[in-house]
Amino acid sequence: MESSASVLCKSSVSVQCIRKANMKKSLLFPDFTVTRDPDKCIQCEVCVRQCAFDAHSFDKEANKIETDNSKCVSCLRCATMCPTGAITVSEHQQNIKKNKNWTEKQLKELYKQSETGGILLTGMGTDKDYKIIWDHILLDAAQVTNPSIDPLREPMELRTYLGAKPDRIEFRVQSSEFRGQNKKLRTTNYELQTKLPPQLKLETPILFSAMSYGAISLNTMRALARAADECGIFYNTGEGGLPKELYKYGKNTIVQVASGRFGVDSDYLDVAAAVEIKVGQGAKPGIGGHLPGEKVTEEISQTRMIPTGTDALSPAPHHDIYSIEDLSQLIYSIKEATGYKKPLSVKVAAVHNIAAIASGIVRAGADIVAIDGLRGGTGAAPTRIRDNVGIPIELAISAVDSRLREEGIRNRASIIAAGGFRNSADVVKAIALGADAVYIGTAALVAMGCHLCQKCYTGKCNWGIATQDPYLVKRLNPEIAARRLVNLIKAWSHEIKEIMGGMGINAVESLRGNRLRLRGFDLHENELKILDIKPAGESM
Amino acid sequence: MKKIYFNEEYCMACRLCEIACLVAHSKSKKIIKAYKEEFPSLTPRLIIEQKGPLSFAIQCRHCKDAPCVEACVTGAMKRGKKTGAVSHDREKCVGCWMCIMSCPFGVILMDTKEKKVATKCDLCEDVREPACVDACPNEALVYKEVKGSEKK
Repeated sequence: MESSASVLCKSSVSVQCIRKANMKKSLLFPDFTVTRDPDKCIQCEVCVRQCAFDAHSFDKEANKIETDNSKCVSCLRCATMCPTGAITVSEHQQNIKKNKNWTEKQLKELYKQSETGGILLTGMGTDKDYKIIWDHILLDAAQVTNPSIDPLREPMELRTYLGAKPDRIEFRVQSSEFRGQNKKLRTTNYELQTKLPPQLKLETPILFSAMSYGAISLNTMRALARAADECGIFYNTGEGGLPKELYKYGKNTIVQVASGRFGVDSDYLDVAAAVEIKVGQGAKPGIGGHLPGEKVTEEISQTRMIPTGTDALSPAPHHDIYSIEDLSQLIYSIKEATGYKKPLSVKVAAVHNIAAIASGIVRAGADIVAIDGLRGGTGAAPTRIRDNVGIPIELAISAVDSRLREEGIRNRASIIAAGGFRNSADVVKAIALGADAVYIGTAALVAMGCHLCQKCYTGKCNWGIATQDPYLVKRLNPEIAARRLVNLIKAWSHEIKEIMGGMGINAVESLRGNRLRLRGFDLHENELKILDIKPAGESM
Repeated sequence: MKKIYFNEEYCMACRLCEIACLVAHSKSKKIIKAYKEEFPSLTPRLIIEQKGPLSFAIQCRHCKDAPCVEACVTGAMKRGKKTGAVSHDREKCVGCWMCIMSCPFGVILMDTKEKKVATKCDLCEDVREPACVDACPNEALVYKEVKGSEKK
């Protein structure tokens, strides 16, 4: 989830920009209506102080709080903090003549662009009404002929190892006899002869997605790091470097090497548990990041290793990767630099040719392939790219898993799926389709307080998450946020165990790629073919 | 003894603590009623300091060698033998405000709405957790025992 935007004010669209654009009269209606119950409002001004978008203001003369609907982004900070529950935010009801083609959203975007002449920017994953395939995949359960397992009574294994697995393993068997008190005893020792490639050990098959320092605040990173440490999982630095303060969480950190190479040095690579080369991101495949200079504070400049106040531009491609061979060179340079002790991941966006790309990545030497689907989130991306580029992660997982199996190289890399995982059932389905683990980004942010207002790119996150403003950053207490994240991971892990138990499976290893336990419902024949699952109603 | 401590790193000056304090010391204890009907007669018992992004809420520290107790001419300000907390008796208070003069933290406030008296944090005697601590959404106020803090 790399930060920010392509050229802010000139090309991006915000209310402020429209004001600056010197339009006589904006044609935009507000998106939301803020209703204040006068019987409940006590004029305590909490809402006024909490809104970074200045939607609320206090009129001293009238002794009244006023609200400018046009500034409201529906982050619901005011409604949450209001001690009397006086505030409700609803969709603005302006009857723009109903039209299936020219919807209100389309019209508003046209007005915005005609008033600013800019690229439309947005944050988080796409909100477009694409079919969510997860909701059309059904899980199996054990009945009569095979027993289900009660996870509260019997051990369930969620531990997952990410990394390349050897083609075969060799043991040395040594048996020795010795004389016991009355009889001869025999012991057998097994010694593993094959040298295992480095592995990441996860207590549950979930990781926190890459979110960079710059896109998110330091407090948010602290929370992710603490939670990863407590849950025995990993968080990912994104491409913004790793603040020195978080080096102590190194064993739970995956560091990213992206096209901008921000914050990459030998300490950065050494301290991490794994290194990830970021080639693409689900929300903006083919697009680099842009952190505007205003957000490059002293701390961020030190972490990213760039001068304060300069724009942090991540080029769209890696300028040293133009082929699989080039990628292989970078993979082995990093492996060489880290002494072949850490698994190396390559993150790509799920695009049309993903199966072949993943195969190339595995052959190039990656230990982990991370695939970010159509619904992957971002701190800032052009709306058109976010909403129209890529393929759903569901199809990408099965396409990649099938391809790697066909080629006999599935064991050479683990697959991490990313992009819009909403709950534990999605995770179970992804693993059954062939993923080893999943990255969760948006779900983690929501756990910390995010309300998906999609205004990350403005840097004014009222929840203290996607901001560097010292007034706003304090709003996220990393201790509380870490607690919430730990609860989320625990809850999902319990649920995964519960679902697996119902299926009669006691280890996540037995679930992986187990597409026989999935059925498609209301899916097209082609979708079923790519997912390689049977339609609901068809037997084993 | 258990005291209220602030953590300025997470205080965002939302002032929900102040609101909770007012309500907890109102007659009705109901937020809307307190504000709509009793408001002018209510005084918060904590102060919020704010400069730029830095802010924190502070209330009576219940000092071990409390200057306010020394300064009080009527014995209205006294230390509870069991709790160790410094308490203030409105009935005995004559409003000379020597306690306000002597308080090194400036957390004793004037209450002139009825009879002229001093007013300060009473740690919400009857409840498990003071109202301000309970209301803080970001755990910037915590009610805890810190060992060794008594000596200072």
